[in-house]
Amino acid sequence: MENTENAQRFLTASRAGMIGCRMCGAVNPGDARVCTRCSSAIAPPDPASLQAVWAWLTAGLIAYVPANVYPMLRTTTLGHSSDSTLIGGIVELFAHGAFGVGFIVFFASIFIPIAKFVAIGYLAISVRRPSTLDSHSRLVLFEIVEFIGRWSMIDVFVVAILTALVQLDFAASISPGIAAVSFALSVAFTMLAAQSFDPRLIWAANSRSAE
Amino acid sequence: MNTDDLIACPVCDVLHRDRDVPKHRIARCACCGSVLAAPKSGAMTRVTMLSVTALILLVAAAGFPFLELSAQGLSHRASVLDAVLAFSQGPMAILSFATAFLIVLLPAARFCALIYTLAPMALGWRPAKNAVEVYRWAEWIRPWAMAEIFIIGVAVALVKVSGLARVDLGPAFWSFAALLVVTVMTDSAICRMTVWKTLKTRSDS
Repeated sequence: MENTENAQRFLTASRAGMIGCRMCGAVNPGDARVCTRCSSAIAPPDPASLQAVWAWLTAGLIAYVPANVYPMLRTTTLGHSSDSTLIGGIVELFAHGAFGVGFIVFFASIFIPIAKFVAIGYLAISVRRPSTLDSHSRLVLFEIVEFIGRWSMIDVFVVAILTALVQLDFAASISPGIAAVSFALSVAFTMLAAQSFDPRLIWAANSRSAE
Repeated sequence: MNTDDLIACPVCDVLHRDRDVPKHRIARCACCGSVLAAPKSGAMTRVTMLSVTALILLVAAAGFPFLELSAQGLSHRASVLDAVLAFSQGPMAILSFATAFLIVLLPAARFCALIYTLAPMALGWRPAKNAVEVYRWAEWIRPWAMAEIFIIGVAVALVKVSGLARVDLGPAFWSFAALLVVTVMTDSAICRMTVWKTLKTRSDS
């Protein structure tokens, strides 16, 4: 198997009894707590750090529920006001025929958040037990999650822009709903979950199973 | 064994012997393929200049209106500052703070931090006081500086409003677009490993 071969061919810093810095790559003695080059806090890869991932992920999931249930925007036109939720806004975009933008918003606020919950959960589980994907595919998955996570903020910014822009007194005005806050929190929490995941664990699990 | 001759891949922890990488070549981790070092000639100078450019663009982007809306004889222009202040009343004040931080303050702070740490090195001086802490912080806030995501938000808002009223793009829209390009150029010019090594050797000497 390729994975076990990798584990034997390459020596990791933690197996050599040293600690590699995740910020600058400097190799530190095993009892160091602060990197000698960049003075970041350092620690050997430890599956216990996954607790932080699970905690942030749960917080993100909890905040994602009100983000979908409560209204994102309240539009008032000529004294008549209507609320629109996250999904309602997307349906409206499609009804207007704005398919391109509709797809962007759908991806940013529905597809990416859900895919991120699944992907981070999968990564956190996979370092504990044998996984079907090999290390490289899991690393690619992690990098995609880390890169794409912040783009979910688009919808929050759209709400902010619309609120600032559409203030035409009686004719039309838009104000933000409570879902905007919970959606922003949900995105921030999942970003933190992805950041607290230590990718070195993906390889640490392989070398353990090879021993 | 001297640990100064070794580097560990920040992604998979595999040890590598630390050699000088020639300019414009990319050193990748043999195990996971992550980029370890990608030095470019004059990178420090370039990053400093690009950061100054980005700061100027950011001031223009925050101050000028980015969209102008007109319907039924009424018109309203919004700048980023208006967008930030839009949430300032009531329970939405948290969102107002978050928006201000993510699209104006953090990007501005990050570019200032990059200038602070890299300008002395571009000039060949000793690193400024606390340069290590400042650069670490700049790296840490990188994913939270979201000025480039804001512009996609503007595009989406444009489509949403276009049915309701006539919308015109303001000057700030174009400075945001330029900011997007400059941010990408800055990020691709920085080689973290080289910056850390230079900071360390310069402050030791």
